[in-house]
Amino acid sequence: MPAVQETVERVKRIDVDQYRYGFETLIDSEKAPKGLSEEIVKFISQKKNEPAWMLQWRLEAYRRWLTMREPTWARVEYPKIDFQDIYYYAAPKPKKAVSSLDEIDPEILKTYEKLGIPLREVAMLEGVEPKVGEEDPARRKIAVDAVFDSVSVATTFKAELKKAGVIFMPISEAIREHPELVQKYLGSVVPTSDNFYATLNSAVFSDGSFVYVPPGVRCPMELSTYFRINERNTGQFERTLIIADKGSYVSYLEGCTAPQRDENQLHAAVVELVTLDDAEIKYSTVQNWYPGNSEGKGGIYNFVTKRGDCRGNNSKISWTQVETGSAITWKYPSCILRGDNSRGEFYSIAISNGFQQVDSGTKMIHLGKNTSSRIISKGIAAGKSQNTYRGLVTAHRKATGARNFTACDSLLIGDKCGAHTVPYIEAKNSSATFEHEATTSKISEDVLFYCIQRGLSQEEAVGLVVNGFVKDVLQQLPMEFAVEAQKLISISLEGSVG
Amino acid sequence: MALLEVKDLKVRVEEREILHGLTLTVNEGEVHAIMGPNGSGKSTLSHVIAGKPGYEVTDGQILFKGEDLLEMDPDERAAKGVFLAFQYPVEIPGVATMTFLRTALNAQRKARGESEYSTPDFLKKVREVSKSLNIPQDMLKRGVNVGFSGGEKKRNEVLQMALFEPSLCILDEMDSGLDIDALRIAADGVNALRSPGRAMVVITHYQRLLNYIVPDFVHVMSRGRVVKSGAKDLALELEASGYTQFEDA
Repeated sequence: MPAVQETVERVKRIDVDQYRYGFETLIDSEKAPKGLSEEIVKFISQKKNEPAWMLQWRLEAYRRWLTMREPTWARVEYPKIDFQDIYYYAAPKPKKAVSSLDEIDPEILKTYEKLGIPLREVAMLEGVEPKVGEEDPARRKIAVDAVFDSVSVATTFKAELKKAGVIFMPISEAIREHPELVQKYLGSVVPTSDNFYATLNSAVFSDGSFVYVPPGVRCPMELSTYFRINERNTGQFERTLIIADKGSYVSYLEGCTAPQRDENQLHAAVVELVTLDDAEIKYSTVQNWYPGNSEGKGGIYNFVTKRGDCRGNNSKISWTQVETGSAITWKYPSCILRGDNSRGEFYSIAISNGFQQVDSGTKMIHLGKNTSSRIISKGIAAGKSQNTYRGLVTAHRKATGARNFTACDSLLIGDKCGAHTVPYIEAKNSSATFEHEATTSKISEDVLFYCIQRGLSQEEAVGLVVNGFVKDVLQQLPMEFAVEAQKLISISLEGSVG
Repeated sequence: MALLEVKDLKVRVEEREILHGLTLTVNEGEVHAIMGPNGSGKSTLSHVIAGKPGYEVTDGQILFKGEDLLEMDPDERAAKGVFLAFQYPVEIPGVATMTFLRTALNAQRKARGESEYSTPDFLKKVREVSKSLNIPQDMLKRGVNVGFSGGEKKRNEVLQMALFEPSLCILDEMDSGLDIDALRIAADGVNALRSPGRAMVVITHYQRLLNYIVPDFVHVMSRGRVVKSGAKDLALELEASGYTQFEDA
C-alpha cells in the first residue's frame, strides 16, 4: 500500500481515546443556574465581590450582546449554539477560603499533576512563597496561575514577583485590589462592543489572569496560566489583561486542556495586551482543548478574541501559538501598531486532524510610522479536517514606511482534508511595503519512504517531516514550551500516522 | 555464504508485470553490477528489495541472510542491514542532516535491541566518517539535502552508508548527475566500504562507474530478467556492443 494511502487508512482509524487529557476530576462544584440573563450577570459579579462599576460594565456589555448576531463569515460549520443551555459560572466548591496551595482541593492539584503542570511540584520544592535569593538560580522558574472552570485556583511565586513590582494575580482579585489599573485598561484594546463573543465574554467572564509590569522592569520569570474546563455544559470565559509599562518586558505562556465529553463546550476568551513606550510582551499559547471524537462528536468550540495594542513608540508584541486541539477554532491574535516604530509578530502552528475545523490567523494594523510586522503561519491538515489561515495586513494612510512580511505554508496529510489561505492586504499609503508568500504541499511518499528506508517507522518519519516543517515557529517558543509543543505535535498527529 | 537470494521474482506495478522471474544470488563480500537499458527493471528490483510501496510481488522469493525479506516492513529491512542509496535523494526542509543521521541510526540500533549512541560518541563517529568523505561540518547543519549539489547529495548517501554499516548496499544509478570529480569522490567512499562481510549491488547504465567501482560480477538485465551474467569484462563488452543484442532475448 502506498505510504500516503496507508496514512489515510490510519486517519480513518483515528480515535480520540488518544487524547491524553480527557479525564474528569470529581470535585464538588458550585454552579449558577443554566442560561444567561441580567440576573446571571449580577450573580457572577456578586460571587466575585465586584465593585459597582464592574457590574455596570458587565451589564452594558450584556445589553449590547442581546442586539448582536453570531458571526458567520469564518470557514467553520457547526450546529447553532443554544446560549441559554450553557452554565455561565462554575466554581470548584471551596472548603474554606484559600490562602495557600495546601488548602486547595487535592483533586484539583491532582488534575494539574496529570496534566504535567508543575504547580504543586514547584510549590513543594520551593515553598509556596519562596524566599528571594535562596533558590537555585540555574533552575528557571515559572510563576503559574491555574484556572479551573471559571475560577483561578492558585497563583505561585506571588511574593517574588511582588518584590520586582510585577503584579500577577487572578483578574477577579485585580478588580478589587487594583481598580485604577483595571478601569484604565480593561476593554481598551478589545472594547465591549467589539464582536459577538468578546461582548459575551465582557458580560460573563468569571476569571483569568492580570499582569502589570512596572516601568523599566524585566519580569524575572516566565508567567504562565493553565486553563482547564472540567464541568459539563460549562462555558469558559476567561479574561486576560497584560500591561507592560514603559521599557518593561514580560513573557507569558498559556496552556489549555479539557476533559473528553460528548457535548460541545464553549470557550470564548478575551486577551488584551498593552505595551507602552519601548515595552515588549511575548505571548505564547499551547492550545490543546479536546478536539472531539472520531465521528466529530464533542470537543471545544474555541471562539477567542486576542489583541495587542502597541500603544507606545518602539514597543513590540509577539504572539506565538501552537494550536492542536478544539473542534472549532476561531482565533486571530492581532496587533495594533499604534506607536511609531512599533513591531508586531505572529508565529503560528495550527494542526487539525479528525473533523477539526480551524479558522485562524492574525491582523496587523499599521497606524504608526515605520511600523513593521511579521507573520509566519504553518498549517497542517490531516484526517477530514479543514484548516484556514485568514489574515489581514493593513496600513493607515499616516503609517508611512510600514512594512510587513507574511509567509503562510500549508501541509496536507492524506486527501480528505483541506487547507485554505485567505489573506487581506490593504495599503492606504504608497510607502508601505508588504510581502506575501504562500505555499501548499502534500507530505510526499518519496520523502516518507526515504526516511523509512533509513530505519524510521512511518510515524517517526511523519513526525520528523512535520517538525522540520514547523521548525521556524517552534524556535520562537520558550525552551520548556518548545519541547512540550514538539511532543504535542507528534501526539496530535498520532491518529493520522499510526 | 549467500547474503541475498532473489528467486524467480515476479513483480507488478499497477497491473503491468515489470519483473518476469528474476533470479540473482549475492554472497557476502561480493560486488555485483546490474546493467541494462532504460525500462529493463533495474530500479524496480532495487525498490522491491528495499520495500518501497506500490509494487506487488506476484511470485518468487527474496531471502536476506536466509530470512524472508518480503515479510518485513521497510524500516525493519533497514535495521537488518539493507541500504538503498537513492538515485534522487530527497530534500527534507527544516530537519538538520545531523538530526536526521542521529534519529535514523538510533532507530536502527533500537530495532536491533542495541543501546542508542550517546551524543559525544555519535558526534565523534560522524566527524570521522564525514572527514574521510570530505564532507564539511557545515553541510551537516543544513537541512537534509536542501540546497545540496548533485555531488553533495550522493556523498551524503555514502556518508549514511558508512555510518549505518549495512551488510547489503544497493547503489541505484549512483553516477547520474555527477561530473567526473564528484563521481570519483563518491566512488572512493564506496570502495572504502568494501569488506568481506558486506555485499554491494551497483545498478548503472554505463560502464563508466565500473571503472571506479570494479565489480566481481556483471549481470545484464533486459525486459525484467537477467539475460546474461559474467565477470567484470562483460561490462566492457557491453560498452562496445550495446544492449540491442539482448532486446529480443
